[in-house]
Amino acid sequence: MPDPLAHEHDVEGDGAPSVPAREPIAAPPVPDVAGEVRAEGPAGAAVTAAPARTAPDDTGWRRVSPKYVVVEVVGSLIGTAVLVGGLLIVNALFDLTWAVWIAVAVGIAALIGIAFEPRRVRSIGYRLRADDLVFRRGIMFQRQVAVPYGRMQLVDITRGPVARALGLADLRFVTAAAATAVTLPGLPLEDAESLRDELVALAETRRAGL
Amino acid sequence: MSSPAVTDAGHGLADGEWHRLHPASPLLRGGLVLLGVLGFIIANLRERVIDVFLVLVAPGGDEGFPGSPDGDDWAGDPIDAIVANGLVGWALVAVAVVLVVLIVGFWLSWRMHTFRVTHEAVEVRSGILFRSHRSARLDRVQGINVSRPVFARLFGTAKLDISVAGQSGNVQLAYLGSAAADRLRGDVLRLASGIRSQRAAAPAAASVGDDHLALGGMPAGADAATGVPAAGGVPGGIPPGTRAGALVGRRMEEFLAPELDPGLAPPESVVHLPAGRVVASTLLGGATVWFAIIAVVIAVGLSTGAFWVLFTFVPAAIGLVSYVWSRITKSLRYSIAGTPDGVRIGHGLLSTANQTIPPGRVHAVEATQWLLWRAFGWWSVRINLAGQSLSGNNEQVQRTLVLPVGTIADVHRVLGLLLPDAAAAVDPLVDAGLTGGGGDAGFTQPPRRAAWLRPFSWRRTGWASAAGIVLVRRGVLLRRLVLVPLARMQSVAIEVGPVRRALGLAALRVHTVAGPVTAVVPVVARSEADAAFERLAHEAVVRAAGDHSERWGASAHAS
Repeated sequence: MPDPLAHEHDVEGDGAPSVPAREPIAAPPVPDVAGEVRAEGPAGAAVTAAPARTAPDDTGWRRVSPKYVVVEVVGSLIGTAVLVGGLLIVNALFDLTWAVWIAVAVGIAALIGIAFEPRRVRSIGYRLRADDLVFRRGIMFQRQVAVPYGRMQLVDITRGPVARALGLADLRFVTAAAATAVTLPGLPLEDAESLRDELVALAETRRAGL
Repeated sequence: MSSPAVTDAGHGLADGEWHRLHPASPLLRGGLVLLGVLGFIIANLRERVIDVFLVLVAPGGDEGFPGSPDGDDWAGDPIDAIVANGLVGWALVAVAVVLVVLIVGFWLSWRMHTFRVTHEAVEVRSGILFRSHRSARLDRVQGINVSRPVFARLFGTAKLDISVAGQSGNVQLAYLGSAAADRLRGDVLRLASGIRSQRAAAPAAASVGDDHLALGGMPAGADAATGVPAAGGVPGGIPPGTRAGALVGRRMEEFLAPELDPGLAPPESVVHLPAGRVVASTLLGGATVWFAIIAVVIAVGLSTGAFWVLFTFVPAAIGLVSYVWSRITKSLRYSIAGTPDGVRIGHGLLSTANQTIPPGRVHAVEATQWLLWRAFGWWSVRINLAGQSLSGNNEQVQRTLVLPVGTIADVHRVLGLLLPDAAAAVDPLVDAGLTGGGGDAGFTQPPRRAAWLRPFSWRRTGWASAAGIVLVRRGVLLRRLVLVPLARMQSVAIEVGPVRRALGLAALRVHTVAGPVTAVVPVVARSEADAAFERLAHEAVVRAAGDHSERWGASAHAS
């Protein structure tokens, strides 16, 4: 049984305040070692059946670009503007005052959401281990997925207009299971491309049947 | 494709040459619908046809039917309009042209629809104007289904459905001669299993010799030469050839690979499904609950005078009855047996279907027991296969249901067939997984605080693993036991929402290909979830690397 995953590992060292903020994630029984570098225990590459393959070093947790906050903020601002604008038009046309109150509530909720956006983006992390890619995100609803390299059917780069202006790209992994649903957003384009090539090569060497 | 290279269906179909389907197949695929439409039209126009004859015998003036008393009612009727304008001849010509075009179209589509089975793939070419060329790689074959709808059975034909990984990526050969379909199934599975070195050497010569015998008086392109339309000329012509081919083919198979021939010693079904149990279990299923609800609604509607409920709910009830009826007829004559080429499942009373799942294609297995079945100890077993869409049609639902209803002993046997490698190690856990609760027999148990989220079933919620199989049990009203071979696992995830975080719990998901089965442990202690996450992620990689079941025959042959 390997050690529990280290929940905190700040590789890029950009956001020091992020570390204490995620304390409550770890459940009490987990011996949580904040900032532990290598939680790769006995389950590491040593036991793996195919030692001859090119095994990448465990990279530790990596973050997506902090600029991705802008993409998220712009997206939610546009959505909020459309909604609030629609409600105000309803108010102007039909003289329904409750529409104004809903618009105010939507605006406040959106502002709170935007305030948490940097935290949410910091919670997106990925880690290349010996045999699989681990992805995690979310502060309220946390999700952590491990995808073995051999299971990746497709690695896809997509870029929205705002992300393109910032030089960012999304990396999407597709396995035979639709539920896997792993998308790494907000990677700098050259990182995304090199990561894609690396992952495709890894997937090719570990290709197994379905 | 030049015509001499294309041979008609009926013998040695897996020889890498292009073959055609059974000549009756256009009729079976689309022609029956056409005949039905024609019959409907004629039945409805019987009186009109008589009228038309009267008009032809004694043509009236331009006014149409002078003697017709209710001419106004028929105004706007196309046939009246035609008759009134003296266009009968043109109309007949048009009908004849349509018929000729349809028949020629059917015949052409049969001519252009060819397939071949090579050592690498099954390829199908079809289409008249828009040609399509579909090829399915043999090492990705997920299962082969031979089904015989009622009409096809009358013609002695069968439909072969080769499902490959990928949504709607199936290759369908509809229709083939019944015996030819069975033989082709065996051949495709044999090729897919990777045994070809053994096959390639001596038997090739023998098969060529046999081909000539089997063909007899049916050289390729005979239909084209005589100009007889395919649909009319063939049903009388082909059976002798097919039968001879079947005979020769069987001989050939005995000679080639006696240990692999599933037809030589018909496999004994490991599960016996009495008809009474099928009927009773279906009546105790969810459809009955719906039926009761509809009955109550109708009764209430009638008693309160709201007669409109009749028009909405009576059709629903009729639909439900037909659903129950089809469930029962499809589950009758059920059999499941292990063959060297995979698990073979057959079922059906009028329309029969016969499915073969090669080894290592089962991505997840689930045994479920509904509340009303508990008193009888009945279970049903479903599986996930690659290439099945989630919102599958009726046929696909039927394909994922490998045991309609059975006892615990039946479940053990079916699991032994579906997961042959791990059966011995998993078997002791199955009983605890099906009916047990609490932390017994290696299953984990969530902490007591999980009762906040799963007040009834928290004791039963847990997972275990043995020999590369993860077992997940949960549910009380609907008891479930899910088994996922780690070699097939696609990814693993932990999900923690606000409530679960407050309780120190997590949900653990094992992702498999889409299907009726989802493997999720809804509540598990957070620390344990983390440990399980690591362990499953690691073991899945090891198991997948050591798994070579996609070429199951090659390894067996080599060892």
